[in-house]
Amino acid sequence: MRFGVVQFPGSCDERDALFAARRVGDAELLWHADHDLKGVDAVIVPGGFSYGDYLRAGAIARFSPVMVEVERFAREGGLVLGICNGFQVLCEAGLLPGALLPNTSLRFTCRQVDIEVVNASIPWTRACEAGQILSIPAKHMSGRYWAPDDLPEDQVVLRYAPGHNFNGSARDIAGVCNAGGNVMGLMPHPEHAVDVLTGSVDGLTLIGGPV
Amino acid sequence: MDRADGALRVRVLIRPKAGILDPQGQAVERALPALGFGGVANVHVGRLVELDVEDASQVPEMCERLLANPLIEDYEIE
Repeated sequence: MRFGVVQFPGSCDERDALFAARRVGDAELLWHADHDLKGVDAVIVPGGFSYGDYLRAGAIARFSPVMVEVERFAREGGLVLGICNGFQVLCEAGLLPGALLPNTSLRFTCRQVDIEVVNASIPWTRACEAGQILSIPAKHMSGRYWAPDDLPEDQVVLRYAPGHNFNGSARDIAGVCNAGGNVMGLMPHPEHAVDVLTGSVDGLTLIGGPV
Repeated sequence: MDRADGALRVRVLIRPKAGILDPQGQAVERALPALGFGGVANVHVGRLVELDVEDASQVPEMCERLLANPLIEDYEIE
């Protein structure tokens, strides 16, 4: 399986995403200015501060040339994973429901969080069991998920475990998918939890799900 | 405001939708009494976008597609 990792100006987690994807398959970078997904089997939109997060996080990045192709790929059923800033970009692009608002604390927070897999039936979570708890780092300032009133329960994929919803997300939501289940976004960083050296390998169960 | 070059000066005010928690507004609201300003309520913090445009009829679409996120923000065009 070959992953493509998008790189915007201001991305900062694309190297870790490449490293993580290479633990479970092949991976290469996709440059933001190219209309080219290089024929990859799955796309990861990584964390960072794309285009400086100007205006709103993800607002400018979603109109970049590569995102035109990611949008087409996603609408045709292609596998897309948005992590942190990538989640914000996918929401801005309308590929995922809802939006991300500033944390209620107004602080940038970096901590390990427990998240519960509540929908284990989509490609990104099928290596997990429903109810499984994953320990994964989170680091962001605008991660408070705002859910549309009509968000179906089966599109809620990941929830913060009790006591771990530090950003004020609606319904404790840490990750959601589109109606087709091929596009998933989450605020915590599975690509930073792929080696025992840094405390957890739980991120590999998400990134390796489709493999 | 009309400009000599024919462009029109437009201001777009963007604020969090009513009912959406606005921690920035709350922080300001809590800070003002500490400075001795009483009787302040319903503080909301938003953004101001100023732009010169040749065709003001395009501004609403600019707001819908880029300047605001209509899911979570209201906007006013001046």
